[in-house]
Amino acid sequence: MTASLIARGRRRRARRRHAVIGGACALLLAGFALTLMLGQSFVAPQTVLRVLAGQDVPGASFTVGQLRLPRAVVAILAGLSFGLGGAAFQIMLRNPLASPDIIGISRGASVAAVLAIVVLDLDGPMVSVMAVIAGLAVAIAIHGLASRGGVAGTRLILVGIGVSAMLDSVIAWTLSRAPSWDLAEAMRWLTGSVNGAHLSQALPLLASLAVFGGLLVSRSRDLETLRLGDDTAAALGTDVAATRVAVIVAAVGLIAVATAITGPIAFVAFLSGPIAARILGPNGSVLIPAALVGAALVLVGDYAGQFLLPARFPVGVVTGALGAPYLIYLIVRMNRTGGSL
Amino acid sequence: MTAHSLSVHRLSAGYGDRTILQGLDLDILPGRITAIVGANACGKSTLLRSMARLLAPQQGQVLLDGKAVHRMPPRQVARIMGLLPQSPLAPEGIAVADLVGRGRHPHHGILSRWSQADDQAVADAMEATRTLDLAHCAVDELSGGQRQRVWIAMALAQQTDLLLLDEPTTFLDISHQIEVLDLLTDLNQRRGTTVVMVLHDLNLAARYADHLVAMAGGALHAQGAPDEVLTEDTVRAVFGLSSRIVPDPTSGRPMMLPIGRHRMA
Repeated sequence: MTASLIARGRRRRARRRHAVIGGACALLLAGFALTLMLGQSFVAPQTVLRVLAGQDVPGASFTVGQLRLPRAVVAILAGLSFGLGGAAFQIMLRNPLASPDIIGISRGASVAAVLAIVVLDLDGPMVSVMAVIAGLAVAIAIHGLASRGGVAGTRLILVGIGVSAMLDSVIAWTLSRAPSWDLAEAMRWLTGSVNGAHLSQALPLLASLAVFGGLLVSRSRDLETLRLGDDTAAALGTDVAATRVAVIVAAVGLIAVATAITGPIAFVAFLSGPIAARILGPNGSVLIPAALVGAALVLVGDYAGQFLLPARFPVGVVTGALGAPYLIYLIVRMNRTGGSL
Repeated sequence: MTAHSLSVHRLSAGYGDRTILQGLDLDILPGRITAIVGANACGKSTLLRSMARLLAPQQGQVLLDGKAVHRMPPRQVARIMGLLPQSPLAPEGIAVADLVGRGRHPHHGILSRWSQADDQAVADAMEATRTLDLAHCAVDELSGGQRQRVWIAMALAQQTDLLLLDEPTTFLDISHQIEVLDLLTDLNQRRGTTVVMVLHDLNLAARYADHLVAMAGGALHAQGAPDEVLTEDTVRAVFGLSSRIVPDPTSGRPMMLPIGRHRMA
């Protein structure tokens, strides 16, 4: 009977968790459908379905098939990647500030992508590969700079913020030297954007979600134990060092591939985990909910930037405006509690 | 319950270039309670962390059933030996039963599902620590004493024959210290669990331990039954303190009374 008491509580937590994940999926699907129908012009649901089925509908085929669909798909896939990668870092380092877009990893990927596209004239998968390598290099560099007899979370974050600022100036410098840069392109690499998204861009994102996302989810139980502290995790049989390496590789991979395609969409990686944690409550791993929140943030942020605001903004401007106040709030709270979050 | 053997063989360990333990040998008595005592920075936590596989040895070995513990698969070790670190972290808002359930981690692979046996192990652990009525409370709302019982419950849910604890009574008021030590003694007597703990309080260590290990300067100073180990000479050598040892009128074990410069009759 006592075991059934435990089982009841466990099943209640599982139900809440499934309700949150199911609800988030449903909302995301609804958002996806709405962004296909709404915009400068309204396209009826039947027409959208006909376009998706591959029929040629004059007018709608271009607006929905060429403009809205690729944009929505890339937004969702990039959002999933940012949400997963960001939450993984935050869980592993037990600090919401330890997100890849705060500690310079996204910027590292950005720099590599900008150099690859503007200077080396590359495109496609090569850009993603370079972004992943650069993201990992930055992760290793921050880790090396911050470790002095053990890596302290706060030191790593401060070093990361410094590295991030340095990399920002490299991006600005590269763009200013580029022969034919335009404002839209610059905005992509400074704040992130899904302007001019193409369905072919979905492939590397899908591949990265399958490989890196799969690796991350397969490690999610071990990652959960890290929340109890590294010593407790080790006592529970988690190989802490191996888990760290796997999580870093997977999260950097997710962030870097997405960054190579959309640019570093500001603060999505940073915001998704805490928002998902707030919605989910203490009901298990926040990884999957964070991925869904990330997708929703990019999809809705992009729609808002296009149609709901007085002027057209890239999605990164919208998410940046959401993220900045939260960053300030966290820093104020960190000051008040004396360093721990 | 099968008795597992844990021993330390010529162990040197430390942090970075700093060596704290120098060629230390120790056999843990199976089915008994061992308390490790010593002054601050004498290496007692380093010894416990090395035994628990948290710290790789610089030289020598920690042997669990004759095998080097640092080369065994982590999960396999975690099914035999549990550890309660000094300051574990509770995720925000986590329910007591959920936290205790984390103790089942070493019994699960990537794909295995939660079973009835897991629920039973969690329930048993909570019953033994008298935390069942807290099952659905959030850990961060509990008092210090309750929280420590919950952490011990998590280690119990791991169902290990060996349990290591790093200062399990620190930050607890005296009634909760006694409660925790009584609980560990129950566990030792009912299930035969081998308990190894680092303790600050010499008198509580002498009262509750079957075997007392006194450390000084990264080496063993003395070990044995409390009335052999807890002597005025040991206290002077280990803590640099004059003292008198008298029999504890409640337990018959030795009790240390410190001698300072003031208020002496």
